[in-house]
Amino acid sequence: MTLSHDTEAPASEVVLEAVGLTKHFPVRRNLRSLMSRTSSAVHAVDDVHLALRRGRVVALVGESGSGKSTVARLLAQLYPRTDGDIKLHGASTTVKGGRAFRQYATRVQMVFQDPFASLNPVHTIRYHLTRALRIHQHAGSDTAELERALHELLDRVALTPPERYLDKFPHELSGGQRQRVAIARALAANPEALLADEPVSMLDVSIRLGVLNLLRDLKERFNLAILYITHDIASARYFADETMVMYAGRMVEAGDSETVTQSPAHPYTRLLIDSAPDPDRIENMASDSTDRGNGEPPSLIHPPAGCRFHPRCPMAMPRCTTDLPTPIEIGDKPGHWAACWLYDEATVAAQPPGSAAATGAGGETAPQPATAAPSTGEAR
Amino acid sequence: MTTSEPVLEIRNLNVDYGLGPQAVHAVRDVSLTLHRGEVLGLAGESGSGKSTLAYGMTRLLAPPGAISGGSVIYHPADGEPYDVLSLSDNDLRGFRWAETAIVFQGAMNSLNPVHKISTQLNDVLQAHDPKMSAHARNARCREMLKLVGISPDRMEAYPHQLSGGMRQRVMIGMALILQPQVVIMDEPTTALDVVMQRQILGQLIELRERLGFSVIFITHDLSLLVEFSDRIAIMYGGRIVEEAPATALYKDSLHPYSEGLLGSFPALRGPRRELAGIPGSPPDLKAMPTGCSFHPRCPKAFDPCAETIPALGHPDTPDGGTRSVACWLHPVREPVG
Repeated sequence: MTLSHDTEAPASEVVLEAVGLTKHFPVRRNLRSLMSRTSSAVHAVDDVHLALRRGRVVALVGESGSGKSTVARLLAQLYPRTDGDIKLHGASTTVKGGRAFRQYATRVQMVFQDPFASLNPVHTIRYHLTRALRIHQHAGSDTAELERALHELLDRVALTPPERYLDKFPHELSGGQRQRVAIARALAANPEALLADEPVSMLDVSIRLGVLNLLRDLKERFNLAILYITHDIASARYFADETMVMYAGRMVEAGDSETVTQSPAHPYTRLLIDSAPDPDRIENMASDSTDRGNGEPPSLIHPPAGCRFHPRCPMAMPRCTTDLPTPIEIGDKPGHWAACWLYDEATVAAQPPGSAAATGAGGETAPQPATAAPSTGEAR
Repeated sequence: MTTSEPVLEIRNLNVDYGLGPQAVHAVRDVSLTLHRGEVLGLAGESGSGKSTLAYGMTRLLAPPGAISGGSVIYHPADGEPYDVLSLSDNDLRGFRWAETAIVFQGAMNSLNPVHKISTQLNDVLQAHDPKMSAHARNARCREMLKLVGISPDRMEAYPHQLSGGMRQRVMIGMALILQPQVVIMDEPTTALDVVMQRQILGQLIELRERLGFSVIFITHDLSLLVEFSDRIAIMYGGRIVEEAPATALYKDSLHPYSEGLLGSFPALRGPRRELAGIPGSPPDLKAMPTGCSFHPRCPKAFDPCAETIPALGHPDTPDGGTRSVACWLHPVREPVG
């Protein structure tokens, strides 16, 4: 079996693209809403733009309920989208099922969070992989070829020697090994894009890095485009080239991973980074009561007007409560943007946003706009 | 806050699942001391026996789990120390919750969905102090909710009306309502987001300062433990392989397994490094390797590792008195226990 669809494709070519992707889940109606004819919906994902490029990893970071898994399922065409577009190699794609879906799945594969649930307990590893190979027509014409393909798959995910694993049942393998099998199953389709939905969060800490390093190795060897969904922003920094942060169904910040984690611009990203466990912070643990936006994510049935983070934001300004912030370039690194009015000069009327964001990392670098906030009412 | 006075001493505890030659030894020969007002972190992979240890020392193990040896000495605030393992059923009822409370794994789902918060909190008080008046009980419940940061007017709410973080707070409040000396938390925040996790742990530390209870904090997230606990014990294959003050463990871990665990977390700050994790997978408790159970995965394994089990003891280092390790790389000055 051959490994790449077209070897001459440039390394940074966009494989899969989401443009203004939106998903609203209708809420079950009760009698009262039937009478008043108001339909309500959970605004799970609103206006998400992202591009997966060959040989690049994009991380999508956010709390549970921020819509990151929904984005992955939309990209895998497991849900119909409400609005927006999904482009595969630039061509708008909508598949509902049947042959078209299978064809799509040959190019875009998904790895799920829980390897204990994503493998069928009554079937062997051989069955799982053979089935995937057959469906995507990579099984070859005779048993010898099939056997070779199976061995090759297990080799790729570093389950060696393959014959030791082929005839095992999922319960005979450890979590890390199971997740490797799940990855091998995804690779059986020989995809161009891999959507990994929290692939390591169910695994033991000592195993996680092995799986992440494997994914990175696969990305390099087969030029895969990977979407890595996680709630652990430190692993996004370690693994991904680009990091996007989602909050309550909207993207709030994006840029290359190093910039987003080292000089976060959006107050929510800062909160996320300050909340991550950090062993080096032992000394100043006590001073933890400062308000950086504690509280809980909003209801997505009636999301707050304006910026969805404004009820928790320690630096909220009057404008945040009414106007939805647009992505604004931070200016420290190309491609680093945040959807936050703090970086709009006309709104803040204080300092150029670039200097406010690039002052350093950590919790104490709250930009000066906080003090300028009261005066911003007039700027509108 | 932390004193050297012990509140709970575990001595050579052994816990098996099953009986006879087929028994799986989930906890082997564990000795551990919890001091008054201390947060003791217990870290290890799944299957390392950390939850079994917690259930064993509170006698909550369900069959086929059975304690096959050892003792758990509890020192009450006033009165003589006694062995929890030899308590009669009646005494055990009094001991549980009032002296040692436990917050279970997935505590968010430990609340009864068909009862109000107030009923569930009241129930605890009523069981332990039947003479308490309804009015006093109610006041105590309100006070407890306020303590964990929930507005007392949520008393009449059902669990589904609360968010995950609030349910977790209710669980912590419920554990503290009888003012126990020891609170065992079994992965209390794994189901929560990092932001909520930090808030709840911050609050827990604050409560500990105020109320002076001790905490045994069980998790697999070592980076969290380093930040929040005073001392850390690391378990592997049912044994404690290293125990040290949190800072000492983080800055200068002795056991290769602790080192591997610490090297498994990508850092948020500082230079980006290539990390390797630990090769191999956790041991099968049914077929434990001979000698040190970590030796098949250990990068530093040498001759004695495969043959003899290293004993846990104080290492021959300047700070050896405050820490212990079970590894052939570190000569033991004196054994523990």
